[in-house]
Amino acid sequence: MKILVCISKAPDTTSKIAFTENNTKFDENGVQYIVNPYDEWYALVRALEIKETIGGNVTIITVGNTADEAIIRKALAIGADDAVRIDAEPNDAYFTASQIAKYAKENSFDIVLTGKETINYNGSQVGGMIAEELDLPFISLATKLDLNGTTATLEREIVGGVQVVEVSTPFVASCAKGMAEQRIPNMRGIMAARTKPLTVIPVSSNEEFTSYTSYTMPDAKSACKMINPENMDELVALLHNEAKVI
Amino acid sequence: MSTIVYISSNNGLGKSAFEAVTYAKKMGEDVIAVTVGNADSNVLAELGQYGATKVLVDRNANSDDDQQITKVIASAVSSTSANKVVFSHDLIAKAVAPRLSVRLKAGLVAGAISLPSTDGGFSCKVNVFSGKAFGNVTVKTENKIISLLPNSIQPEITGANCSVEDFNGNAGDSKVKVLSTKKPEGEISLPEAELVVSAGRGLKGPENWGMIEDLAKELGAATACSRPVADIGWRPHHEHVGQTGVAIRPNLYIAVGISGAIQHLAGVNGSKVIVAINTDAEAPFFKAADYGVIGDAFDVVPKLVEAVKKFNASNN
Repeated sequence: MKILVCISKAPDTTSKIAFTENNTKFDENGVQYIVNPYDEWYALVRALEIKETIGGNVTIITVGNTADEAIIRKALAIGADDAVRIDAEPNDAYFTASQIAKYAKENSFDIVLTGKETINYNGSQVGGMIAEELDLPFISLATKLDLNGTTATLEREIVGGVQVVEVSTPFVASCAKGMAEQRIPNMRGIMAARTKPLTVIPVSSNEEFTSYTSYTMPDAKSACKMINPENMDELVALLHNEAKVI
Repeated sequence: MSTIVYISSNNGLGKSAFEAVTYAKKMGEDVIAVTVGNADSNVLAELGQYGATKVLVDRNANSDDDQQITKVIASAVSSTSANKVVFSHDLIAKAVAPRLSVRLKAGLVAGAISLPSTDGGFSCKVNVFSGKAFGNVTVKTENKIISLLPNSIQPEITGANCSVEDFNGNAGDSKVKVLSTKKPEGEISLPEAELVVSAGRGLKGPENWGMIEDLAKELGAATACSRPVADIGWRPHHEHVGQTGVAIRPNLYIAVGISGAIQHLAGVNGSKVIVAINTDAEAPFFKAADYGVIGDAFDVVPKLVEAVKKFNASNN
């Protein structure tokens, strides 16, 4: 089973969010980048579990610059076999997806996995775009993936419930919580990651559909109004008269 | 030019469908709704009240198959010469909108929270950094796709029922087989809910959720929970709100016995008003909340239920 796992960098969840250059760029000063958690904990680990059960190869791919090789080594340390970096700044979902799709098309994978979204741009776009480029079915927000030969059974959370679907390989899926458990790389994995193959390839096209032109921070929250726990009538009155939400 | 709105209609029409049509109508062009599946035509005709001039329905396509839906919408776009497509940002949209973006060469705004601005290009506001900031996404392509976050706009009735026409979108064969769908009946859908009552580990056990359900029932609210509660199985996973669960933005979010970790706040910080009830005065939720009650949930919640009952009685 040949599996391609798409990973992205994301700022550590505790990073301070600020913008520079007249609020047009994310302020990377002091920001620690990590592997986007959905890509790492769910997509990558499930791919490794499948490989460990039935054999195969797990390739990770990212669109990024040299600095992103740190997250690539982390993913290799967790257990991926080899890595591909497409040498560009990923500023647009279509740009990113089209680069990955081109590589996937030329190297025919049985399964392409992404995380459900990145924790910085939250777009949930790249997986579906890759699937369309490859003309493959796409199972979004999958929480479970089991394989029986070339038949895959996936669960996905729908509003208020769960749906079970069946597709044949090849397919694309985005992975959400439930798919697998986080793995901490061990020393052997970290050592091995240093010598695993990393291929750097140039961009294939520069077409972009969208761009982030500016950012704003939410208005500062006014101080929390404390209500006496004995006086819930007051809370209800405030929610009705002041907040006007009931 | 016209705007296509894709409607998920396999469970009837929800508030998010009316929001999406209202949004498209406010963009100022002719609005055509498109859906697949076997929804009742009399129900679909109601989309006209919110601004649709007609509804096209492909009854042969599978409403769970993103590839088929993509083809149907693309056919509708070419037969109506539309240049914009609007979705409600639900699970179907998260699969279909990116596909359609590639197929139509149309830039996608995923999770718009505002109407587009056309000052110096076409742009929409979205949440970024898990709700900690807003971004302005400019769409550079001729065709445009907007996936609208629920609860971003009030549905407005502006007209009467419209016509519903059968449409053959040449969906092709379905490659996805749905084996089963489990969906509880009669509950308020969490992403669409205007009021949400949520509880966490502070409740000490699943047997204590009765008062949370009572409060939700009196308010007409949906129920939700924090991640640990879903992880230990006190509540079903689909109720889990937060970074890894569902992100919601109701008008009112009441958090009972939830400390307010950054990952939880990432899923609820779009709420208009937050009430935090917690025994710990140092709980981080009080920094994110508009109203706070320091007290034991087992004392406070029943009192709040009584207060809401009294309020409901005096308002009827």
